[in-house]
Amino acid sequence: MPLRLTRRLLPHPLLTLLLVVVWCLLNNSLTLGTVVFGTILGLLIPILTSAYWPDRPPVARPFGMIVYCVIVIFDIIKSNITVALQILFRGNDSLQPAWITVPLDLRKPEAITILAGSITLTPGTLSADLSADGTALLVHALHAPDPDAVRDDIKARYESRLKEIFA
Amino acid sequence: MTELPIIWDIVLAVLLITGGGFTLAGSLGLLKLNNPMSRLHAPTLASTLGVGSLLLASMVAAFAEGRPSLHEALVMAFLFVTAPITANFIAKVHLHRCRDVPDLPPPPADKVWATRSED
Repeated sequence: MPLRLTRRLLPHPLLTLLLVVVWCLLNNSLTLGTVVFGTILGLLIPILTSAYWPDRPPVARPFGMIVYCVIVIFDIIKSNITVALQILFRGNDSLQPAWITVPLDLRKPEAITILAGSITLTPGTLSADLSADGTALLVHALHAPDPDAVRDDIKARYESRLKEIFA
Repeated sequence: MTELPIIWDIVLAVLLITGGGFTLAGSLGLLKLNNPMSRLHAPTLASTLGVGSLLLASMVAAFAEGRPSLHEALVMAFLFVTAPITANFIAKVHLHRCRDVPDLPPPPADKVWATRSED
């Protein structure tokens, strides 16, 4: 009974925490007043909106998410430099754009969204479409002499980690 | 504006030049690249490291002047969540409008890409 009550009052504890943090950031202050009001919002909004996520996947390893973010940010900086050099110092003829099909092992929509988002945020690769049955991602690469290597890189670097996080 | 120690000026200058440089490279790419899908890659430079460095500079300046502000972190977070959606929609429009995109691989298992499933 206490567990069920907790689930009703706190359907989404991580969202509650996020809302409190965002509210304090929006106010740019960390006083008792903002924290209390942020907590009220953080408690009310998940309860009011819980009907909109019927099959929310449990995040098995929240700490893995932090590691994942660090890896993605590192990759963003690295490929920013690569793409900037490609744009500035290479002719259009020497660039080899390619469409790449990435077969997905992930099945949860939320996990696929995060994967597609990280691919797009990394300059040089961009997720364009999902197959109709949701089992493959269509990725466009700005310069990929070896499309299979890009596919394997995405699967090994991002997808395997997301699979562990949303296990 | 208060006078800052020289070290902050250097840090801020480096961040501003980095941000400006990547934004410029992104805009140049938008002009230079020669097909719609390739052009879609160029603004990613501006929307990640370009705007990221500028926001970081704004944050560093605020902290150095002793009136800390973390609004920029929120701007960055919201931008990183929404930017891929825009790119995805532009790519989808391209797939919709150009029926004969060259070299488009078929998805595995004999299915269709979601954008084309209504064809």
